[in-house]
Amino acid sequence: MKYASINEANEAVTQLITGGQPVLVDVVRAKDVIDVFQGGAKVLLHAGPPIGFAEMPPPMQGSCVGAVLFEKWADDAESARAMLERGDVRFEPCHHHDAVGPMGGITSGDMAMIVVENRAGGNRAYSTMNEGIGKVLRFGANDASVIARLEWMRDVLGPALSAAVKKSEGGIALMPIISRAITMGDEFHQRNIAASALFAKEVAPLLAQTDVPQSDLAEVLRFLSDTDQFFLNLAMASCKAIMDAARTIEEGSVVTAMARNGKDFGIRVSGLGDEWFTAPVNTPDGLYFTGYSSDQACPDMGDSAITETFGLGGMAMIAAPGVTRFVGAGGFGDALATSEEMAEIVTGHNPSLPIPTWDFQGACLGIDVRKVVQTSITPIINTGIASLEPGVGQIGAGTVRAPLGCFVKALKALGEKYAVAK
Amino acid sequence: MLTTVVKPNTYQDSVSLMLVSKKLTEMPDVIKVSVMMGTPANKDILRGTGFGSAALDSAQPGDMILAIDAEDNVDPQSVVHEAEEALANQAAGTPGSTLRTVRSFERAFDVLPEANLGLLSIPGDYVAAEADRLLERGVNVMIFSDNVSLDDEIALKRKAAAKGLLVMGPDCGTAMIGGAPLAFTNEVTRGDIGLVAASGTGAQEVMSAIDRLGGGVSTVLGLGGRDLSHQVGGLMCLQALAALADDASTSTIVIVSKPPAPEVRQKVAEAAKNLGKPVVIVFIGERPATARDGNVRYAYTLADAAALAVEIAGGGRPVFAPGQKAIRGLYTGGTLANEAAMLIRDAFGLTDTDPSHRQGYVLRSGGHEIVDLGDDAYTQGRPHPMIDPSARIEKMPAVFDDPATAVVLLDCVIGYGASDDPAGALAPAIRDGIEHARAAGRDVAVVVSVCGTRHDPQGYEEQRATLAEAGATVLPDNASAVRHALALLDEPAATSAGAAAPRPVGVAGLLAGRPAVVNVGVRSFAQTLHDAEVSTVQYDWTPVAGGDAELASLLDALQNV
Repeated sequence: MKYASINEANEAVTQLITGGQPVLVDVVRAKDVIDVFQGGAKVLLHAGPPIGFAEMPPPMQGSCVGAVLFEKWADDAESARAMLERGDVRFEPCHHHDAVGPMGGITSGDMAMIVVENRAGGNRAYSTMNEGIGKVLRFGANDASVIARLEWMRDVLGPALSAAVKKSEGGIALMPIISRAITMGDEFHQRNIAASALFAKEVAPLLAQTDVPQSDLAEVLRFLSDTDQFFLNLAMASCKAIMDAARTIEEGSVVTAMARNGKDFGIRVSGLGDEWFTAPVNTPDGLYFTGYSSDQACPDMGDSAITETFGLGGMAMIAAPGVTRFVGAGGFGDALATSEEMAEIVTGHNPSLPIPTWDFQGACLGIDVRKVVQTSITPIINTGIASLEPGVGQIGAGTVRAPLGCFVKALKALGEKYAVAK
Repeated sequence: MLTTVVKPNTYQDSVSLMLVSKKLTEMPDVIKVSVMMGTPANKDILRGTGFGSAALDSAQPGDMILAIDAEDNVDPQSVVHEAEEALANQAAGTPGSTLRTVRSFERAFDVLPEANLGLLSIPGDYVAAEADRLLERGVNVMIFSDNVSLDDEIALKRKAAAKGLLVMGPDCGTAMIGGAPLAFTNEVTRGDIGLVAASGTGAQEVMSAIDRLGGGVSTVLGLGGRDLSHQVGGLMCLQALAALADDASTSTIVIVSKPPAPEVRQKVAEAAKNLGKPVVIVFIGERPATARDGNVRYAYTLADAAALAVEIAGGGRPVFAPGQKAIRGLYTGGTLANEAAMLIRDAFGLTDTDPSHRQGYVLRSGGHEIVDLGDDAYTQGRPHPMIDPSARIEKMPAVFDDPATAVVLLDCVIGYGASDDPAGALAPAIRDGIEHARAAGRDVAVVVSVCGTRHDPQGYEEQRATLAEAGATVLPDNASAVRHALALLDEPAATSAGAAAPRPVGVAGLLAGRPAVVNVGVRSFAQTLHDAEVSTVQYDWTPVAGGDAELASLLDALQNV
């Protein structure tokens, strides 16, 4: 090891995390930036560690059907499903292609993708954009309205934002927005309204400078105004870009990715390369919209836990008093207790992200596998809850715990790597 | 039955509405209640589930809709009322406590880096490892837990001795440091008596008795029942004694234990003789062979030990000038004067040189004088001094001005017949006397007891307080007062650096102020400390890796890579 100790390696990892400088530099089509889509290959990216179509939970399968229809690989849902069941479409995790995807995370070559560059590491990360609420692909809906929105995002929203970004000086810096919004009550997983508003504030004058037609401009601004969670995907891509830079250290015990595919919860660790350490996912616990209950909830899924990996989301629960009651319907005290508990399993606090409601302590920094196993405290993740039935969409929101099993496996692998296992 | 109730202009965010819906659905005979804002989308949802009504149609986005599905016996207004209640009382915060709670050792010290005492109440098997980690960090340890092996105890105490730290326990139930109540302890007046106890209830009995006798306690250090055994060798007893010898807030030390192993008793007795402070030892289970050996007094019972300590201690010890060697008593009660004379004669081996007690001098020997101001010589033509305090007050300046006077002994008799406020009359004379002597470069001690009860009209506690405020030391009875006066004339106890343990730096730091405590285990101990405004962090201890030994050893190895 090029470091004197695991602790020293972890310090190098967390320095890259605190030094991250994510910048939105473009919005493109996925196939423009992700190799596997090139040449028209029938490939879909998905959330979480590797999984095949048959093992995916129903909403994720619904998303796949939607993506096949969007790509016009099939004419209707039935033949799309048959095609997927036959194995005509290859699946790969978003995480294996510098990307992250919310909920099902299903991403196809023609979808619009944001491009976030980490100016500190020079690396890039990609994500689809937030579709808003209601019937949306990420929760498994795939009817004509869903496909039409994806097309609009590809043909109107994406190009408009791309044009706007090009009017800026070198892109739109996202860390300043994150730092400000965390003082305005966002934790960037359950709540993004402040960051979304700040982003719209940045982008609106730029949009006005483009030659996007007036009617499109109105639609784009209306969409940004309506979509409270628009910044979630920007936050995810930012966190992915930062955590991927941290992966270059290749030593230590800091978690660099957490992701779920509806079956398994997987983590990657700074000293353990590309390997996923997995354990069965838990089902989220939370509050349900009218008419729904926990027996309709889909097991945990999505790459959005990259926000927790970076120290936001559930790890920063205390920052977002407006949504704290999702933590077991408790109050401020419970949120504080949650963040205090999360502080047990991290290497320190991120000085770039002081949280006013936490007496300006920085957000949690660097989940240490050793501390998780030592205390049996696992990261808490804020999440939307999808209906098991595809197409119904989101039925609630709450929290879910990462399963301890994947951390135990990673610890044993660390033991082998550093040759201390019995 | 389905009912729709609209509450106009009542905006709540969706989280609040979901919480209220959940609460209302839990009401008896209610099947389900959905509370939503009257947006077009929500109204569509409600129409689709059978809640369509004229009221619903007219609801605006700023109106709150309660869609109630309940048995027929449920009055919809009761649901509305409950909803109003729930919305009015949304604060879900846990009240009050700001006691910080952590789940790991490292974080305990992140939160409270200045911690200098760890209080352990966890299963005995895990104590040694945690105590060892505390000692490694230079933190003193109190082990409330039992079932710790003797070998572990010896190893921990040897380590503590080498580091100048204290390990109290295992099985140490009681301690009090810097006013901080540790585990099973009593609320006592702060004072200058320090306890070193190998027994929890022994410590509690002595500290409580000291408080009841009007004395005060500086510190209670526990040892655990095995410290004075042959195997442990009194390691921590010697450490505690050395720390208290060094502690400026402790004037007098009490040692409470079962009879130690013979060679340990020898060591402790030797150490006690060289502490430079008076020591009271009570070895419960044996009758002391000697009452006193230099600065060390032996007591038979816990109450005796407390009484002895209160007699000896008593406030700041004055430093007398070379010529100050005399006790001067001005009494209003004849028998009290005689009792004082008797005790002083016995203490110094004096004889009664003037049995006729002319001019009320019941003692006038060896420089000491005890005068009974109730003698006929003083009451001719004027009232008894218990009624008219002026007779005594007139005589006080001369006593203070006498360069031979070291201690002024007084009685203060209250009750029916006595003057309304004898202490109030004495107080100015005491204050002036002390000031005069001090102006002449002498410290004079004033020692008083109050003869009376809490039921007397003058108020026993008030009389004591008045005298104490004036600068007197108040003892619980006349004999104690006289013994305290005699103790003040004792030669200062010797110190011998060779015999006592070296000054334990870590313990000295602990005793220097209020401790900062990491409480590992029983939460109520931390809450008590927190309520007493002691800096405390609660460590909700669980075994490493949930008790998985293989993972624990892997973690241990990975900490050091």
